[in-house]
Amino acid sequence: MPSMSLFLSQLFNGLATGLLLALISTGLTIIYGTLGVVNFAHGALFVVGSYAGFTAYSLTDSFLIAIAAGAAVALVVGLVVERGLMRMYYSRPDEDQILVTFGLGIILVELVRSIFGGISLSVPTPEWGQGVAHIGSLIYPLYRLQALAIAAGTLAVLYYVLYRTSLGLIVRAGIEDAQMVNALGINVKRTFLLVFGIGAMAAGYAGVIDSPIVTLSPDMGHRILVDSFVVVVIGGVGSFPGAIIGGIIAGEILSLTSMFNPAYSHVMLFVVMALVLIFRPQGLMGQEGRE
Amino acid sequence: MDDHKSGKVRGHGVDRRSMLKIGAGAAGGMLLPAVPGVALAAEEKKPIGNYPAGTQGDSVFIGLTLDITGPYSAQGADQQKGYELAIEQLNAGAPEIKKISPLTKKGVLGKTVKFGVADAETKPNTAVQAATRFMHDNKAMVISGSTSSAVAIALQKVCDRERTIYLPAISGSNETTGVDCQRYGFRLCYFAYPACKAIAPVLAKSLGKDRKAIYLVPDYTYGHTTYDSMVEFTEKQGWKTVGSQVHPLGAKDYSSFLINIANSGADTLVVIAYGADAANSIKQAKQFGLLEKMNIVVPYMSAFLEKEIGPEIMAGVYGATGFWWTLEDKYPIAKDFVSAFEKKYKAKPRDSAYIAYLTTALWADAVERAGSFYPPDVIKAYEAGEVRQGPVGDVTFRAGDHQGVINFPIVKGKKPSEMKNPDDYFEIVEVVQGKDALPDLGVLGCKLGPYI
Repeated sequence: MPSMSLFLSQLFNGLATGLLLALISTGLTIIYGTLGVVNFAHGALFVVGSYAGFTAYSLTDSFLIAIAAGAAVALVVGLVVERGLMRMYYSRPDEDQILVTFGLGIILVELVRSIFGGISLSVPTPEWGQGVAHIGSLIYPLYRLQALAIAAGTLAVLYYVLYRTSLGLIVRAGIEDAQMVNALGINVKRTFLLVFGIGAMAAGYAGVIDSPIVTLSPDMGHRILVDSFVVVVIGGVGSFPGAIIGGIIAGEILSLTSMFNPAYSHVMLFVVMALVLIFRPQGLMGQEGRE
Repeated sequence: MDDHKSGKVRGHGVDRRSMLKIGAGAAGGMLLPAVPGVALAAEEKKPIGNYPAGTQGDSVFIGLTLDITGPYSAQGADQQKGYELAIEQLNAGAPEIKKISPLTKKGVLGKTVKFGVADAETKPNTAVQAATRFMHDNKAMVISGSTSSAVAIALQKVCDRERTIYLPAISGSNETTGVDCQRYGFRLCYFAYPACKAIAPVLAKSLGKDRKAIYLVPDYTYGHTTYDSMVEFTEKQGWKTVGSQVHPLGAKDYSSFLINIANSGADTLVVIAYGADAANSIKQAKQFGLLEKMNIVVPYMSAFLEKEIGPEIMAGVYGATGFWWTLEDKYPIAKDFVSAFEKKYKAKPRDSAYIAYLTTALWADAVERAGSFYPPDVIKAYEAGEVRQGPVGDVTFRAGDHQGVINFPIVKGKKPSEMKNPDDYFEIVEVVQGKDALPDLGVLGCKLGPYI
């Protein structure tokens, strides 16, 4: 039986990992929850942001500039993709949207690979995040604690922007009836462009925040995409609180299961996701019938 | 190159070694491999696999199934360079490759070697589909390439069924030439058992015999068999095994595993994770402060790990690897290989490129010795046990399980202050003699199937 101190350590780690997972899945939640597009390029946008951040960090030695660069590059990619590609797919079936974003993801990842190669790259921990923190018997990386706070703050800001401002209102109205919103004199297309851009930017931003923790490789986007889907499915599509709760549940499952049998920690994650899909298909916080 | 090793010409007569074999076979009433090209007359060579269709033009095709994407993509890309260099040298009849394959003139049996590359994605299913396309569409005479043993084992089974020779590149699992060995598969590279057998005494000498080890294990055949072998050989040295953390291939976050490791009471972390997983897990272990209180050991070290996590972390870390470029100081053929690779790619080769290069050269040698592309003849040429000179000395294959008998180094990470140049990451602690480190035949359960 695991000791109480190990249990508490893993419980805390589950929370920290969970909020990071929530942050990572933010871009997917924004685009899926507002535009109704299942963005399979989400992982690739995360990769693009990470590598842009890596490049900026290498050149300037400033992690703040790296965050800005990662978010900006992903934003630009998102805007270009929306304007040049996604706009033609809003009215097409889900399968078409999945296929086009999946293909786009492959192109983006292979572009990254052609520029940076397949060897893992490492973003060093910023100076202010180096070292470890002692929390009871738990020794925890300082940067992971800071990332926890960054994730919480970012989620709060994004929630406010998308759900407590007129922008969010227009977007949700546009999804329901674009023609009517247009008739009211609001440029829905421009709003959609902005939302897709913000979703892409969130993915890139999360990529940079995550980069001092992990090593970067072009293929990491696959795992990000899968993790993000799990979080979104558990939490509920289109629900920001749902994404946070989904993230924390996923983090806790991974952490706590690993105490008993590490080999089953990821298996348990999918078991829980399957149970949610069976008993509450819209997710824990999702609304029934929402696409 | 010694003449006695290079001068054997097959297909024109019976040499002393083969005569002995034929004699022994007759005496024992057993069918032993005779001289290929002599024992099987041309009219007996019925079509098999892609023979003769794949050999009727002026070229032969090699299908390369490489992990260009996935957690082992860095190794896959390096392998591609090794294959390309070997094929280029074969087609040009370069003197460097003739030292390894002395019967080579230009190409293989006078035919130009052509190749195609497919991305196996570090997934067995994708690899099998790619290999099947190569065999059916390109009439490939050989399929080669792997980093994941799951891929290698799957390809080996399919190629055996299709009667096409398969040559894994990197494959660390004991099962590839153990319970999953195949008549049509030949693995050249070192693997879990010899790596662990060789590194355990080195570790006991340097780190002590009273160690408590915990393992980070990727959840597939390579991870589990390397764990088994490492536990077996380190416990013989007096180490205790505290536990293991099994993680999925391509895991991103290791925090929960690392917290368990920190609470395990172990003083040594054995990282069996490979490729991007190894880099990721070791980087995170450092963040959790584990490297300050634990020694890290990497019994089967992936190419580029030193570059991925940097010399500060690698300093003092022991590992086994297939090849390290400073072996060129000791072995002239290694110098040939490193120089040619550097000239073509402006970088030092790693073991993945080295294995790909040597695997191709030794295939050419086997075909030249067989005097034919007829797969059973080529297999028997491999099984003849001819010893050739590779970049790390003697190299051959065992007839009983098709495992390469190949030497490999155990290395120790240098401190940044000890590095003489940016690529000088490791000191070579020892060059392990492959023949001493391999398990006895039968230990790993290999039973080879029929030739035809």
